Amino acid sequence: MNISQRSFWAGVRAELPLLMGVVPFGMIYGVLALNAGLRPVAAQMMSSIVFAGSAQFITAQLVREAVPGTVIVLTIAVVNLRHMLYSASVAPYVRDLPMGWKILLSYLLTDEAYAVTILNYEKEGDAPSGHWFFLGAGLTLWISWQLSTAAGILLGTTLPESWPLDFALPITFIALIFPTLKDRPAIAAALTAGTVALFAHDLPYKLGLMLAGLLGILVGTVLEERKAPKGTL
Amino acid sequence: MSIWLVFLLGGILTFGMRFIFIYLLGRIEIPETLRRALRFVPPAVLTAIVVPELLVRSGQIDLSPSNFRLLAGMAAVLVAWKTKNTLLTILGGMLVLVLLELIF
Repeated sequence: MNISQRSFWAGVRAELPLLMGVVPFGMIYGVLALNAGLRPVAAQMMSSIVFAGSAQFITAQLVREAVPGTVIVLTIAVVNLRHMLYSASVAPYVRDLPMGWKILLSYLLTDEAYAVTILNYEKEGDAPSGHWFFLGAGLTLWISWQLSTAAGILLGTTLPESWPLDFALPITFIALIFPTLKDRPAIAAALTAGTVALFAHDLPYKLGLMLAGLLGILVGTVLEERKAPKGTL
Repeated sequence: MSIWLVFLLGGILTFGMRFIFIYLLGRIEIPETLRRALRFVPPAVLTAIVVPELLVRSGQIDLSPSNFRLLAGMAAVLVAWKTKNTLLTILGGMLVLVLLELIF
């Protein structure tokens, strides 16, 4: 196996634990979309055209409530604002790739693919095969999302409601946060973001998440700037 | 607006937000401070996703021990910290949550 293939499969493997949370989420989306009155083919196509879990849930809800299309489109945009932060965050690592790769990887840049990919980039630095890892993680998530949507549409929800599978994603992210807490500014960024997210949780359209992310980044950056020029912890 | 147009526009906007900085980097000069700020995206955004999932139940902040997700989340933090292993963290957190819900 050459380095590209090894990197690709490493990305696939890194993404696998997240599927425990993603698959039930996709199935529930499929069921919810049908209940909202979407036809099966439309419910499935939303998973490949929009390809963003929480925006799809909200869209299904708005379709059910017969909200005007313009409002739905704007809602999708606002709910997905955080992806701009992911885009900026991975940009330095993919800057020398051909445009086709940039387009493909951008399409695959979800929360779940971002979380494992950025950890790999931070660990491996500018390793020339990093984009294969990204592709492996992104494709694994994409395929799982399409298949779990289809399963939800075809089978309906077969998972008992008492199974707390929706909890799998948040705890996966807990595992992924730890390696990013490398020094005091990073810890301060996380604490700030967590606190703001908590108190802003009832802002609509996931704006609490966006606000919390931005303030966390700001606090981390300010603390870092105040450190001695060569200071590292 | 037809549902297909909604999906198409929503999809284009979502793709655009994922693509914009990947596209722009190298074409525009990015200030050094902003560049350094980027390393705080993962800890800040991931924590902002997780915290409300653990602490907000039915729309209310719930810090009591009867919030099993908080307890299971704390168990997951402990496992993540001790083992640095994603799979063990998920299994540990899920196990604690399922046990708490079964017992109480």
